[in-house]
This record gives sequence, C-alpha cells and structure tokens, in this order.
Amino acid sequence: MGVFLTLVRRELGAAFNALTGYVVVAITLLLAGFGLMDIVERLNSDRTPSPIPEIFFADGIVFWLILILTTPVITMRTFASERALGTYEALMTTPVGEWQVVLAKFTGSLLFYLLSWSPLIGVLVVLRQATHQPQLLDPWAMCGVLTGIACIGSTFLSIGVFASSLTRSQIIAAMTSLLIGIGLWTLSLRFSQADTSGDRLGRLMDHLSVTRHMQDFARGVIDGRALVFHASATLFFLFLTQRVIESRRWK
Amino acid sequence: MIEVADLTKRYPGRTAVDGISFTVGRGEVVGFLGPNGAGKSTTMRILSSFMPATSGTVRIAGFDVFHQPDEVRRRIGYMPENNPLHIDMRVRDYLKFRARLKGLGIGRSRQRVDRVIEQCGLKDVEKRIIGQLSKGYRQRVGLADALVHEPDLIILDEPTIGLDPHQLRSVRALIKELGRAHTVLLSTHILSEVEMTCSRVLILNQGRILAADRVEDLESRFSQDGRVVAEIEASPEAIREAFRDFPEVSALEVQAAAGAFQRVAFTPTGGEDLRPLVFEQVRQHDWKLRELTRPRLSLEDIFIQLTQKKKGGVS
Repeated sequence: MGVFLTLVRRELGAAFNALTGYVVVAITLLLAGFGLMDIVERLNSDRTPSPIPEIFFADGIVFWLILILTTPVITMRTFASERALGTYEALMTTPVGEWQVVLAKFTGSLLFYLLSWSPLIGVLVVLRQATHQPQLLDPWAMCGVLTGIACIGSTFLSIGVFASSLTRSQIIAAMTSLLIGIGLWTLSLRFSQADTSGDRLGRLMDHLSVTRHMQDFARGVIDGRALVFHASATLFFLFLTQRVIESRRWK
Repeated sequence: MIEVADLTKRYPGRTAVDGISFTVGRGEVVGFLGPNGAGKSTTMRILSSFMPATSGTVRIAGFDVFHQPDEVRRRIGYMPENNPLHIDMRVRDYLKFRARLKGLGIGRSRQRVDRVIEQCGLKDVEKRIIGQLSKGYRQRVGLADALVHEPDLIILDEPTIGLDPHQLRSVRALIKELGRAHTVLLSTHILSEVEMTCSRVLILNQGRILAADRVEDLESRFSQDGRVVAEIEASPEAIREAFRDFPEVSALEVQAAAGAFQRVAFTPTGGEDLRPLVFEQVRQHDWKLRELTRPRLSLEDIFIQLTQKKKGGVS
C-alpha cells in the first residue's frame, strides 16, 4: 500500500510539474466558461428552463468536449513518457508489481481529472446562488452528475492509459485515445437518438450508449447497469494495459 | 554473486547474446567491455530481470532472475543506459521516491537517502531540480539511486558516458569507492576505464565472450611472446656477436635508431625474461644503454586484436 501511494503521489506530482497539467485545467475552465454562457442565455430566454445539470451535461456538448479533449492529455504521459525517457526500465527493475504500477497510474490520472473538474462545481454553486431557483439544481441531480463525471471519466481514462502503454510517443498515445473517445461518443449519440422501441440490438446499444448514461445521471437517476458497464470497461482496459506491460516478459 | 550459464537472447532476426557463460564473485569489480551493439546492455537488462532470456539461466545471489525476480531486484542496484531520471523532481525527493519503491520504510528511506547523498557528494544540490543539474551531478544521482537500498550487487550500464574529464575522474573515483563494499558490474567501451576501475574484464563482441580474465593476466597473456626491446650504443655486428652463444635467445632483430644507437628486439626461446641477461651483456661490454623494456600490449591493442580477428573470421 505504501508503495502504491508513493506511485500515485508521483503521478500527481508529474501532472502538476508538467505543462500538460495546466493545459488540461485551462481547457476545462475555458469550455466550462462557454458552458456557463450557454446556461445563462438559456435561463434568460426560457420561461421554464430545464434543470441546469441537464442543460450542461445532457443536452449540451460542453461536457463531452471537456471529457474527450482532457482525458487523452491527462493520460498520454503515463507510460509513453516513461518509455521515451527510459525511466520505465528503472521503474520495472524495482520490486514493484505490474498491477501496482497500472493501478497507480490510473488512480493518479483519475484524481487529477476529478481535480480539473472542481472549478465547474464552483460554477454550479454560483449559479444556484444567483438564480434563486433551487429546483434548477437538485442535489440528487448534482450527485448523479458527479457519479457520471467519475464513471464515464474512468472509462475514458483507462482507454487513455492503455493507449499510452502501447507507444513511446505521447502524441500517438493522445491521438489514439482521442480517436477511440470520439468514436465511442459519436456511436453513443447515434444510438441514443435511434428508435429504441424495436429490435434487441437497438435496445442493447442504447444500454451501452455513454451519452444515454449521462442523460440518466444528469436527471439524478443512478442506474446500476451503467455503473457496472463503466466499472467493467475500466477494468477491461486496465487489464489490457497490464498485459501490454507484462508482454516484455514473453517477447 | 552472479552465475550466468549459456545465456542467449534472440530478437526477431538478430541474436543479441549468443550462449555466454560467466561468473562474478562477491566483492569483485568486473568490467563488461565491447563495441556498441556487442550485447552488453541486453545482458545487463536480463541480469536486472527487466526482460527474460531466450534460453539459459542467470542466478543472482542464488536467486533465479526469471522465477524469483523480486528477490533479485531487491538485491540489485541497477543504473540503466543513459541514466534515466525523473528530471522534474528534486534530488532528495527523487531518491526518497526510489527508496520507497525499492521497499524501504519511511524512516529507513530517510536514513538511507541522507547516507547516499553524503556518499555521492550531492549535499549541495539536494534541493535542486534534477533537470537543471550538470551531467556529472545527474550521474551521481543515478549512482545514489542504485545504492539507496543497500544492494549486494550494483550494475551500471555505461556510467561515465558523455562526461567531461573532471566529472569522469570524480565518477570513476566514486565507482572505485563502491567496489570496496559491493560487487560491481559495469559496462563501457572506454578501455582505460576498465584498466582504472576494474579487477577483471569480460570482453564481449557480437554476443559472445572473447576473453575473460584479470586485466594484468590478459595483458601478459597477449604480450608479444615475452619479447624484450633494448636500445644499445654499439655496432650491429658486435651486438649479434655478443648474444650468439646464448640458447635462451632464439632470435634478435637489429634496427638503427636515432643517434649511434641500435634498437634490438630479443625473442626468448621459452617464456623466460631476457632483461637481466641483456643488461648483464651490456654491462660486460661497457656499452651505453638507454632503454630496456618488455613491451606489453595495452588493453586497447588486445581489444582491437580480438574484435578484428572476429570480423576477419580467422578465429
């Protein structure tokens, strides 16, 4: 456990020491700012505005832009830079387990990702104060939103960590996870809007759709199936990462 | 300490290490010498259990590197090629981080970090960011990292590459110092370094061991059949005459040298040292003598000889 925490601390330290950490925070703040403009406009124009979490996380694309742009930047460093610098060799010749390394890198990325969302929570609190309409920001919906940010974020981050383990180039790692992320998002959009009353495949895809998950979360509905989906997707990609790390031992 | 038996490592389309065997005893400082691409780094990576061998066994302190990697890693301080460091960290934080990874507790790691910082002369820079340090200091940080968990065996892959002469000197002194308390295996392609720091040398080329011996033994083994060279002030005929009746001298060559001197090369019949005999003769004839040596091949000559033979396919 001590070693694991040491590794997580190192991951967080590296994120803040490098420029990329600040780029991530800047992207998040900028996009969250655009999102805020959008919300304020809607609140002013609509007589009966929908709850803020839905505007921001379900209808708009700001959440997805932030998710898809920042997760590759956060995770691209994890393995690729260690390989490029050679510190990977120094790390893997210490008595540290492969799973420990993979989980520590993922946990570090997740913590940094959640930290980068914290300004947005501030934005929502300010909105709640300013609008004097508590029904616009239901606490349950807020919990749902936080769960959604963490769950869907985990899946995207584990994809990013996996992509980073495949290469020594951070750019290739970021591009790979960006492409997978965009693919996942567009497919999800397509299927969550499709007619789901009909065939089985359509219903299945609807269950797998990450945008549908977020719509539920933003309404305050925390669906167990979505939680299971994201937990298994995360574990799956971390498992693949561990296999990649281990592969040097059977090459 | 290290027992390597029939170690082979094949990459697709290339054999990096080809059936090498050697042992290194406790307390030895052994130099791994070879041109670039000879298989030095590959061997060291296998020894430090970073990657597995294709075949053959390696045991470090009695533990198999493939089956008991964690036991091996706890006992090895390994500095990989090009000394990779987290350049965004501060010296002390980095060493502490590494000590914790290597399984030292909080108290113990603080103690050990203090010790290695002192040992490697890093006291002045312990709060500096590694990326801002000179190459010599970075190399010391790498050495301190290799030492921090008190390993039995220290493996250093080209520890002095790219250093200026001053840094070179101090890093070599540090390695020599380490050799007093630890077993050290270091690789280099700088021959003088092996002569200066190592007690034994393994010469590697194209994945095979060409020679393995103590530096002095290697030099005398390859010295040119005990040949003795003298510069004597006398006529060539007189010199030939003086040495004709000695069965120990199987041949001698005389060449004119600068001044009235002759450069004479004596080849002994057996392996005996001809220097006392030559001196005795010179004294009896009352000649002038300005040089009397038994030329020895430098490690460099041996190395060139060995690696070229290989290329020509003679041996």
